[in-house]
Amino acid sequence: MPEVALDFEKPIIELEKRIAELRQIAEQEGLEAGDELRELEKKADHLRKEVFSRLTRWQRVQLARHPLRPYTLDYIDRIMQEFIELHGDRLFADDGAVVGGLATFEGMKIVLIGQQKGRETKEKLARNFGMMHPEGYRKALRLMRLAEKFRLPVVTFIDTPGAYPGIQAEERGQANAIADNILAMTRIRTPMIAVIIGEGGSGGALAIAVTDRVLMMENAIYSVISPEGCAAILWADRAMAEQAAESLRITAPDLQELAIIDVVIPEPLGGAHRDPGAAAESVRTALRAALEELTRIPIDRVLDERASKYLRMGVFHDPGAVSGG
Amino acid sequence: MAWFKKSERGLKTPAKRAVPDGLWMRCEFCQEILYRKELERDFWICDRCGFHFRISSAEYVRILLDEGSFSEIDEDLEPLDPLRFKDSKRYPDRLKKYQEQTGLKEAIRTGTGTVERIPIVFAVLEFSFGGGSLGSVMGEKIVRAADLSLATRRPLVILSCSGGARMQEGILSLMQLAKTSVAIGKLAEQAIPFLSIVTHPTTGGVSASFAMQGDLILAEPRALIGFAGPRVIQQTIGQDLPEGFQRSEFLLDHGMVDLIVSRRDLKSLLARVLRYFPYPESPRREEGAAGETERR
Ligand SMILES: [Zn+2]
Repeated sequence: MPEVALDFEKPIIELEKRIAELRQIAEQEGLEAGDELRELEKKADHLRKEVFSRLTRWQRVQLARHPLRPYTLDYIDRIMQEFIELHGDRLFADDGAVVGGLATFEGMKIVLIGQQKGRETKEKLARNFGMMHPEGYRKALRLMRLAEKFRLPVVTFIDTPGAYPGIQAEERGQANAIADNILAMTRIRTPMIAVIIGEGGSGGALAIAVTDRVLMMENAIYSVISPEGCAAILWADRAMAEQAAESLRITAPDLQELAIIDVVIPEPLGGAHRDPGAAAESVRTALRAALEELTRIPIDRVLDERASKYLRMGVFHDPGAVSGG
Repeated sequence: MAWFKKSERGLKTPAKRAVPDGLWMRCEFCQEILYRKELERDFWICDRCGFHFRISSAEYVRILLDEGSFSEIDEDLEPLDPLRFKDSKRYPDRLKKYQEQTGLKEAIRTGTGTVERIPIVFAVLEFSFGGGSLGSVMGEKIVRAADLSLATRRPLVILSCSGGARMQEGILSLMQLAKTSVAIGKLAEQAIPFLSIVTHPTTGGVSASFAMQGDLILAEPRALIGFAGPRVIQQTIGQDLPEGFQRSEFLLDHGMVDLIVSRRDLKSLLARVLRYFPYPESPRREEGAAGETERR
C-alpha cells in the first residue's frame, strides 16, 4: 500500500504504526500485550472517533478524492457476481473514463455504468482521471437504451471531477452529449439508481445520475462546481476552496437535508479506503434495498415519480402562489 | 390558469440598458471603434466583422416578436438564498444589485407573443443579470413556459445567453438541468416544437441542458458556445486554443448546431421555420418573409 495520508489522518496513522510495532515486538518476545499497548489502542480509537465524527466539508472533499479510495471497478469486483464489460459508443470510440456492461447483483441482472479513475500514472492517463469525453456519455446512453429495451434496471456509479474540459471534447459536442443524456434519462423506461461513491462533479456527474434513487456514500461529494473552481470565480483565489466547500454544501448529509439524495451509505470509520471490504458491503446492502424496493413499483409510476421529483427541485419565492402554486 | 394575471404590464426596462452609454463603442471581437447610433440601427452588429454585440432580453423581445404582442408571465418569481451562501458578498446583496441594474427579478423573461402572427411561448435569458446564470427561478420559469406551451400547443422558443449554473444556489442550480429537461421531454412527447436560439455566450449548465435540446438549434454568428469555458480549457491543457474555437462557426463545422443566422434575419427565419411545424392555430397561408421585418 503506498504511503498516502491526508493531514488529518496522519496522527492516527502514526499511532497505528506505533501500535503495530509494539505488537510485533511483544509477539517476537512472546509477551502479553502490555498496558502501554492497550493505552495506545484506546488513544487511537478515541482519536479516530474524534476526527471522523466531526469532519469538515473540506476534509470530506479530501476523503472523496483520496488516492486509495475504492473506485467503480473495486466495487464491481467485490459485489457483482458477474460483470461483462461492453465497450464503445458505436459512433466514435471507447471512453476509458467510464466502464459499462451487463452485471449480476444479488442474483439480479442489471446494466451497470460507472465512472472509473486510475490508480497508477499509466492507468490514470488511460482513464483520463475519470473525466469523460462525449463518447463516454454516448456509450453510457447506448447502454441505458439497451437496458430499457430489455427491461433491465440501470445502476450507475458516480466518481468524476467533471466532464473533461478539452479541445476534442468540445469538438465532439460535450454540451450536446450531456444535454442529450439528461433529457433521455428523464424518460428511460426502466428503474434507475445512481450511487455516488466519490466525486460527483457537476454536469459531468449528473449526465449519468438522473435516476429514480440517488444513494451517496458518507464521505462522497456532489457539487455544481468544484470548491477550487468556485473559489477562483467568487474570491479570485483558489486558496478559498475550503470556504467554498462550506458554502456550497456538498456532503451527503447536506444533500439529504436538501432532498437531493435519498440514502446516505455509511462508510467504515476513517473512510472507505481504510476498509474497502466493509465499504463494499455497505454499498451492497443499500443498493440491494433500493433495487428491491424500486423494482416492485410499476414502471409507469416509476417514471411519473421520477419526473415529479425533478420538477419539485428548486427553492424560490412565488408571490402569486395561492395554494401549492 | 394563473399564467396570465398581471401580464399586460409591458416591459419595465429601457432596451438600451445592456450597453454602456457613450457615442462610440469598441467591438470586442475585432476591436473596431463603431458609432453607437449606427450599431443601434443595425441590430447591434459590427459592420466590420459581423460580431453580434450582446443585447438585453427586452431588446430581443422587440426584435423577434410582433410589436406589442409580448405578454410576460411569472415576472414576480423571486430567487431566495436557500443555502445562506457565504461569499465575499452576500448572495441577497448580489441579487438586489442585479435586480436594480436590470429591473428584473431574475435572469430570464418568459411570456407569450407572436412572430409574424404565429403564436409562440418565448423565454429569453438576461446576461446582465449575474451572467444569465441558471438558478431555481430560471428553472421554474422554463418549466412553466413549457407547461404553457403544452397547454396551448404553442411552440416554445428559448433564447439562451448564459455563463452557466448559479453557484450560490449550489446543487439546487445543478438540478435545474434535470428539472428543465423533464419539461422539454414532455414537449417532445406531444410533438410541440421547441426551438433553441443560442447567443453569445452560452456555456456551462445552460449549454448542457435546454440550449442544446432544441428540435432545432439556431446560433447567432461568432457566439461563444460550449460546455467548458475557454479559460478552463486553456488551464487544463496548457496550450493556446485554436482560432475560432467554440464559436458558432466551429460548432456548425462540427455538426453541433443546425444553422447560423444573423440577428437581422432572425425573426423572419424563425417565422419561416415555425410554418413547417403542424400547429392547429398557426396561419397556414404562404406570406413570404414579411417585409416589415426585413429592416436591412
Ligand atoms: Zn467587429
